[in-house]
Amino acid sequence: MPEPLLETIQLTKSFNIRHNFFSAMKRKNIAVDRVNLSLAKGETLGLVGESGCGKSVLALTIMRLYEPNGGRILFAGKEITNLEEQALKSVRRQMQMVFQDPLASLDSRLTVEQIISEPLEIHNIGAKPERARKVARLLERVGLSAHDRYRFPGEFSGGQQQRIGIARALALRPRLLICDEPVSALDVSVQAQILNLLRDLQDEFALSYLFISHNIAVTAFMSRHIAVMYLGRLVEIGDSRQITSAPQHPYTQALLAAIPEPNPSQRNKDLAVKGGIEEITERPTGCVFRHRCPIAQEICANEEPQLLSIDGSHEVACHFAWKRELNPQITRSYIQIKS
Amino acid sequence: MAMNAAAMERISTKPRAISLRLFWRRFCRNKLALIAFWFIIVEVIVAVAAPYIAPYDPYKGDFLATWQTPNRLHWLGTDDLGRDVLSRLLYGARISISVGILSQVAIAVVGVPIGALSGLKGGWLDYVIMRVIDVLSSLPAILFYILLMIALGAGFWNLILAMTLTGWIGIARLVRGQVLSLKKTDFIRASRAMGGGTGYIIKKHILSNVMTPVIVSIAIGIPGAMFAEAGLSFLGLGIPAPRASWGQMIGIYQAYIRTAWHLTVFPSIVLALTMLAWFLFADGIRDALDTNTNFSIVD
Amino acid sequence: MLRYMLSRIAGLVGVLFIVSVITFGLMHSVPGGPFDARALEKQQMVPANIKRQLNEKYGLNAPVWKQYTLFVRNAVLLDFGYSMAYPNRTVVGILEEQWSYSLQLGFLTLLFSTAVGVGLGIAAAVKPNSIFDYLGTGVSILCLVMPSFVFAILLQVVFSVWLGWLPTGGWSSPRDFIMPVLANSLAPILVLQRYTRASMRDTMKANYVRTARAKGLSKNRIMFIHVFKNALTPLLTVGGPLAAGLIVGSFFVESIFRIPGIGFYFVTAIGSRDYPMIMATTLVWTLIISLAYLITDLLYALVDPRVTLVGED
Repeated sequence: MPEPLLETIQLTKSFNIRHNFFSAMKRKNIAVDRVNLSLAKGETLGLVGESGCGKSVLALTIMRLYEPNGGRILFAGKEITNLEEQALKSVRRQMQMVFQDPLASLDSRLTVEQIISEPLEIHNIGAKPERARKVARLLERVGLSAHDRYRFPGEFSGGQQQRIGIARALALRPRLLICDEPVSALDVSVQAQILNLLRDLQDEFALSYLFISHNIAVTAFMSRHIAVMYLGRLVEIGDSRQITSAPQHPYTQALLAAIPEPNPSQRNKDLAVKGGIEEITERPTGCVFRHRCPIAQEICANEEPQLLSIDGSHEVACHFAWKRELNPQITRSYIQIKS
Repeated sequence: MAMNAAAMERISTKPRAISLRLFWRRFCRNKLALIAFWFIIVEVIVAVAAPYIAPYDPYKGDFLATWQTPNRLHWLGTDDLGRDVLSRLLYGARISISVGILSQVAIAVVGVPIGALSGLKGGWLDYVIMRVIDVLSSLPAILFYILLMIALGAGFWNLILAMTLTGWIGIARLVRGQVLSLKKTDFIRASRAMGGGTGYIIKKHILSNVMTPVIVSIAIGIPGAMFAEAGLSFLGLGIPAPRASWGQMIGIYQAYIRTAWHLTVFPSIVLALTMLAWFLFADGIRDALDTNTNFSIVD
Repeated sequence: MLRYMLSRIAGLVGVLFIVSVITFGLMHSVPGGPFDARALEKQQMVPANIKRQLNEKYGLNAPVWKQYTLFVRNAVLLDFGYSMAYPNRTVVGILEEQWSYSLQLGFLTLLFSTAVGVGLGIAAAVKPNSIFDYLGTGVSILCLVMPSFVFAILLQVVFSVWLGWLPTGGWSSPRDFIMPVLANSLAPILVLQRYTRASMRDTMKANYVRTARAKGLSKNRIMFIHVFKNALTPLLTVGGPLAAGLIVGSFFVESIFRIPGIGFYFVTAIGSRDYPMIMATTLVWTLIISLAYLITDLLYALVDPRVTLVGED
């Protein structure tokens, strides 16, 4: 099997929160907890989870905008976990990011031309006229007009601003594009346009995507494989069709059940998740989801479930995975597979 | 915007943080600020030209013409030493304006780097600087001025020094706040993600974003500095006689208000008008530079 | 809460300490100041036994840090020695005798400026673009631009010298109060008017007010119960800076109108280089201002349930 383009091994990122400089009381917030990801070349890996579960932190850590507290990051086989800034710069050319808030990711005091040519400027690519030509071409490729380069970000709509952000990300012809909730801040109709744009670009620019979102439907649309994240832990990974049709983890099941279903007869009324993510102040022992899990038992408090797989590619971190008798929402159980 | 593409190109192809033409256009829409601006221009010209246009030497007293109320020879009267009030007012303008501008520039030169460093570096440096700022803020600035001027002694440069030592706090805090919020923005992150180094980011992003509040702060600080100088000179601590300062004149002659009101009233009027003009001007600058104000003198 | 109080008091003591160091350091560095032993020696007018007393008391020949500790000890015991400008009165004596004048001035100023400032602010917010709004804006421009002492002078000239309606100074009859309070109120009115107007505007636009209106509550009921309470309580936070402004204002106003308050004595102390008086007054001002900040913070936290004090969990 060819080596993955991006790989993280037990990647961990935590933050220390102190009240003030002198307070002895420290709290450690583990935003990313021993995450293992693998993204193949040309593929899209989706990362799903609620707001606050650590997806963005993971993205920023992979980009080395945060320093990892543990684990390793490998890009195209090369270890970049501890690479110094100078060496990292050349890696950065191949790894770019599209941000959630379109306007915030653009310096509103600069013209679109200055914004998109910034990566070219940083890496000293081409002289000014050549950069101008590249900018014009990129703008047209993302669906804007070349003339827009003289305008300021504030003059555009959200969708157009995101296109600018995408154009900027593509300026260096990266191999990997990390899309951190790229459409969450946009109107639904515009979302579809941007998503389609991303898909078109993927073939043309030979890109691999790490697509992050809190919306599992959108993620499933964009990605071949999906990883489900909760409070910094991956709880389920697998082929997106498998995950959406036969989710094994209660959290994934809840995410899917929350998708608005137009057909009333097909609606699942037993949405079985208690509370919200804000209510958790202390990290639960054992399974990270057990406070909100409808089927949590004593074993969930004592033993942390690991990501295990039955059929090779679909991994689940739950003590009751594949066991229909313990989790009634499971549609494809161990017994079925075994037989 | 109702401008056509060609017009946009003319204005925007100059990549600067502030487009001067746009700024001037916006500034001129504020009629009051415009009037204030011209008043200031005239006043500055008058102040610079004072040695040439003052009818009398402001330091030379005519002992035969003391305590004169306004008359044909001395349009604004004379003081207790026979010095012409009008001439002294003209020279006083030099003091007010130069103290106002110099002090603010000095404050910016000191405060901006401190604030930027504090915000960028963070850590113990930031902590120490913030505590220093907290302590220095616990007293009203005027009290600090008074103490410093007593220790340093009255004088022009001592005054500038005292104002700089107390005034850098405001701008440092401002810049630090800006830098802190900038640090978290996505576009700074994006810049770093693209491989931009600290120096590059400061030059390209931070400076342009910080310049506007700094300029506004300087502009608004000028009338405040004038007030401080006037107040201190009033108390006898600012500009010492025989140099002419409006505040000083008010201070010295306020005891004689019954018999020689002209010695206090004229400097008062000039001071008030000048401060009004500068405030309106600074307000106009702020409005023209930034569309996000939610606070203005003339709302 | 207790922890917060303790930390604030510790902060207050810290500030006083630092201010005392600064004040002491500055006064110590002035040639001819109170700590200058050689200058004292040269003073022929001061009798020898007084010199010895002063030397002992202030340790003028001792090293600097010892002088400072003596100073602090004396300060804590509220002993600042005799005023140099009024040699037969102690500094603390002066403060004790004159503070009531400043208090009256400050109190009246606070009353007047609150009435006018808050009133104008409310009127401007409730009737935007009306004559009240423009009046309020005009008044606030005046207050912003006109230094208090300039205004005081002009008032004095017009109403006292030219028109003769009001006395030039003193603090014996209510007529004496008018001009000083007016002049001293400029800065507070400015702050209060702007703050009130902004706060009222924000509150009136708020969603919960619209909801109340939609529920059908009468306009008056909405105003008095919801809007006022929520818009005006943030005004408490202005109390600290206001106290500072009033104190500074008193210097000029008391001097111009000859009101024998602490500000007046402070100004004369500056003029006559009466260092004990200067140092004592500075510390007193610092204490008052810090207390003002502390009290308004506490009051605000008490009044607004959403506010938690830093350090509380």
